[in-house]
Amino acid sequence: MELHILLIFMIFAAILAIEVKDLLSSVIAMAAVGFALCLAFLILKAPDLAITQLVVELLCLIILIKATIKKDLPLVIEGRWLFNTVSTLVFIIVFLFFSYIAMKELPVFGNPTMGLVRRYLLEEGVNKTGAVNIVSAVILDFRAYDTLGEVAVLFTSIIGIMAILRRKGRKEILEEDTNGK
Amino acid sequence: MENNKSGMTLFVKTSSRLVAVLGLIFGMHIILHGHLAPGGGFAGGVIIALSFVLLILAFGKDAALSKLSLKLASNLENVGALLFLIIGLLGFSGGAFFLNVLVKGSPFRLFSAGTIPLNNVVIGLKVGVGLFVIFLTLVILEKSKKEQ
Repeated sequence: MELHILLIFMIFAAILAIEVKDLLSSVIAMAAVGFALCLAFLILKAPDLAITQLVVELLCLIILIKATIKKDLPLVIEGRWLFNTVSTLVFIIVFLFFSYIAMKELPVFGNPTMGLVRRYLLEEGVNKTGAVNIVSAVILDFRAYDTLGEVAVLFTSIIGIMAILRRKGRKEILEEDTNGK
Repeated sequence: MENNKSGMTLFVKTSSRLVAVLGLIFGMHIILHGHLAPGGGFAGGVIIALSFVLLILAFGKDAALSKLSLKLASNLENVGALLFLIIGLLGFSGGAFFLNVLVKGSPFRLFSAGTIPLNNVVIGLKVGVGLFVIFLTLVILEKSKKEQ
């Protein structure tokens, strides 16, 4: 029951984030969606995910506000009203059709398909790794290779951000150094 | 930190000076207890990055840069990524990649679970410093656009 209230709240906040004219209000509405998702994780008994969702949402909120507060995104809607409405409707219909097909294939809520793996992890996880937190044991011991991939993704993204957003290229810095000497 | 020209007002500076230290300690607690309680390297690292972001927002860019410069931050990030790989390669001494070769210890203790706390610390270092670098790059970009 609480879950349904939270989901309805998230849908309304997401619609508000699209419809509001001010960019700052839109970012704060997105943060409301994130906090509701955090509460939903807590209700579904996943505190690890709730903590991660909370801090990432907070950081993303601050970064988004800090990075976008001075700039206005140009939004051109005039003149193409009919085309935009028709293309949006077509996309919504296609999306709902395929998501209906995908939803039919999902297992029932609360009955995951990999019951054997879950039972093995709950019974043998503490003996195999010594970690009481099973989530930590899975992501850092049983599936640590996946975590290595995540670390590589974050590393690559930071390299890309620093390469794109840096103020001066390496050549310019070198030229300035040689000229200064 | 003493000049009052840069950053926000005195109230924000005083309160954020206290809250940033508390956030730093809380992030370390989340990282070190990652194998005992909910949390772990990623969440704790983001909390540590948030405390530095708070310093930037309150005191301006230069005060936070004097604590942790961009070059040192990017070096620490590389070291974190390399250490995680080295811990994975350490497992080859037991026969497999990422094998838990250290002593398991008794459960519910801080020093238990073999390599998992080490992995948590390394990932916390990497994520915290990495997100701090991303935020710093965005701030520097905004400042340089204003100068033009």
